[in-house]
Amino acid sequence: MTLFKPFGALLVLSGAVLPVVGEAADDAAALRAELQALNSDYTARLATLEARITQLESGASSAATLSVANAAVPSATSGPGPGSPAARSSAAAFNPAISLIFAGNYANVSEDPESWQIAGFIPSGSEVGPGERSFNLGESELAIGASVDPYFSANLIAAITGEDEIEVEEAYFRTLALPRGFTAKGGRFFSSFGYLNEVHAHAWDFVDQPLAYQAFFGNQLAQDGVQLKWLAPTDLYIELGAETGNGQAFPGTRLGRNGMNGATAFAHFGGDVGDSTSWRAGASWLDQRAEERTYEDVDDLGAPVLNAFTGKSRTWVIDATLKWAPSGNVARQQLKVQGEYMRREETGDLTFDVEGLALSDAYRSEQSGWYLQSVYQFRPRWRVGLRYDALDSGSPEIGLVGSGALPPEAFPALVPADPDRVTLMLDWNPSEFSRLRAQYAWDGARDAQDRDRQFMLQYLFGIGAHGAHKF
Amino acid sequence: MLPFIRSVLALLVLTATVPAHAALKVLATTSDWGVLASELGGDRVNVYVATSALQDVHRVEAKPSLVARARTADLVIATGAELEIGWLPVLVQESGNPRIQPGRPGYFEAAAQLNLLEVPSRLDRSLGDIHSQGNPHVQLDPHNIAAVAKALTARLATLDAGNAPYYVQRGSDFDSRWQQAIGRWESRAAPLRGIPVVVIHRDQAYLCHWLGMQEVAAIEPKPGVPPSAGYLGQLVTKLSTAPPRMILRNSYNDAKAVNWLSERIHAPVVLLPFSVGGTAEAKDLFGLFDDTLNRLLTVEP
Repeated sequence: MTLFKPFGALLVLSGAVLPVVGEAADDAAALRAELQALNSDYTARLATLEARITQLESGASSAATLSVANAAVPSATSGPGPGSPAARSSAAAFNPAISLIFAGNYANVSEDPESWQIAGFIPSGSEVGPGERSFNLGESELAIGASVDPYFSANLIAAITGEDEIEVEEAYFRTLALPRGFTAKGGRFFSSFGYLNEVHAHAWDFVDQPLAYQAFFGNQLAQDGVQLKWLAPTDLYIELGAETGNGQAFPGTRLGRNGMNGATAFAHFGGDVGDSTSWRAGASWLDQRAEERTYEDVDDLGAPVLNAFTGKSRTWVIDATLKWAPSGNVARQQLKVQGEYMRREETGDLTFDVEGLALSDAYRSEQSGWYLQSVYQFRPRWRVGLRYDALDSGSPEIGLVGSGALPPEAFPALVPADPDRVTLMLDWNPSEFSRLRAQYAWDGARDAQDRDRQFMLQYLFGIGAHGAHKF
Repeated sequence: MLPFIRSVLALLVLTATVPAHAALKVLATTSDWGVLASELGGDRVNVYVATSALQDVHRVEAKPSLVARARTADLVIATGAELEIGWLPVLVQESGNPRIQPGRPGYFEAAAQLNLLEVPSRLDRSLGDIHSQGNPHVQLDPHNIAAVAKALTARLATLDAGNAPYYVQRGSDFDSRWQQAIGRWESRAAPLRGIPVVVIHRDQAYLCHWLGMQEVAAIEPKPGVPPSAGYLGQLVTKLSTAPPRMILRNSYNDAKAVNWLSERIHAPVVLLPFSVGGTAEAKDLFGLFDDTLNRLLTVEP
């Protein structure tokens, strides 16, 4: 919708300024006469056009010249056509595009969801895992966005949770007019590293995120900060970007000082192979600092304790996505294969029982995780998917254990483990705006004897502004 | 003195071969607008077409290759009327290219130059895939092509003022050939006037409107909604008493439901190119209409 408002305004402007060009479409004689007039009057016209172009090039930064540029855009209609937004003239015509996503599920899981954890990994503190049993209202996602002016656009994506809370998932501005392929973004936003981090929950191909995203980023990393991206002027898609911010999201923490916490850098490449295949691949690096990043655990006597990590957290992410559709017609059939690998190194100090004993010593861990998933739309509206997830916690070097101050059993959350999970999915999409999904997972996140067998039914409905078909 | 220098310069521009890097980079969302840009821009434009006639243009994804093309484009030519709403705004946003932002001269929508058919009086998605500005499948009425060509000529001349005489010349040349062709097509198509036809989607509306063919039924009960068995049954009952002369199908449509219906109501299926490249014969815009008429007239000579 937002796309057409400026256009409507432009129609009015052009209709007023350049009535010469506006003639009935099927009037051949008039067209010939007009072209003759154009030819004979050519020198003057060329001068006008040149002047406009010069103005456009030199003064794109002033609103006054921009309206000149708009006025220079010719149109074959003599006024706004039927149904054109320009035909309306109320304050509401500038309302932003609004969309709302409804989500919910029914969950049947074999193990107690309260006991769910990712074995061997320091908990992120975010809401991860299969969620609760029975019927659950998911997040209702409200998205509001529009151009601010010729230079910026702004978007808000808020989640109204089933627990009656409102969370700002993203609220950011983005530049529209930076030259040479640069785009800047600021506010709160999902980081652009990897492939899945930027994807909102309603566009996931499975009910939940891969275990690697749950363990390494607490589902998704969003922080308050700034991003600069550059797109290369080449036929091969090459996007380079960097971000920094307050570091508040796991694995970082907000620091008690001025300035920023850490940096993220990413590079994405992509292109087509023939008419039917498209691909994208990338590498990303996150460097963050955590101060007093606490997590809950139980000590060797079974009493709850609060431990904390302070130090550096560095993560590599490699992602690759391949899509195939006969002749590129995704409306009928499509195969999508996607995978990501991530590896994290954390070095610093681990404090045991910060509110009691407060013993502290060195800590170092090297952990990795990956997933590979494939979704196949075998006929219009129907898709089936398979995903395999795996994590490797490595063996963390815990100074307090090495020195003999504490037994390894004092850190149950850090016992080396290699959890994995297999997930099957089937969804039916009656239209572009609705999706009903069934999913079955054999979840070994706890790395326990018995896998959690999770069956879920999910609905997703979108109303309002048309959603984006992202790659 | 100045006008003289200008004419000389314009002449020089016209006669000199333009170096490759100077060509205006055009990103067209469909093959129809791509070939139109080539007709009007000749060797002064470098055209990349985002989709093929074998794709449903509404359902395209914002692929990396398309974002890369949007980055370097001087001009985006879109159909508009929300046809590309799922992916073109993403391309424009991700491109980091201020020249092609909506409202700038580098952003051109064909539908904005036309009066659209089937503008819905009520906007409600329970009515199917309706477009608030009207039916966006505008290319199958050659009068629309003429109007778009006229506006596009002016736009090319605005964007690339140095080559403006070249575009105006080519525009007028195209228009005279096009008007002749329209005359030829309209006299050939006289037998088609008033004949009842069945369509799949509402994407033949402009063709039917132009040729005066009567759309008596659509295989989709609502735009974008596939037919149920019950609906198809009703359609057979309805159409058996007054069978249409033909069922129109586009190259990107699924053949199954069409063939099923065709067998039951004894009406032939006519495969139409729909867009340039939709059939082997529809190599350019002239070929698109020649081939469309050839195929229609094989059934209704």
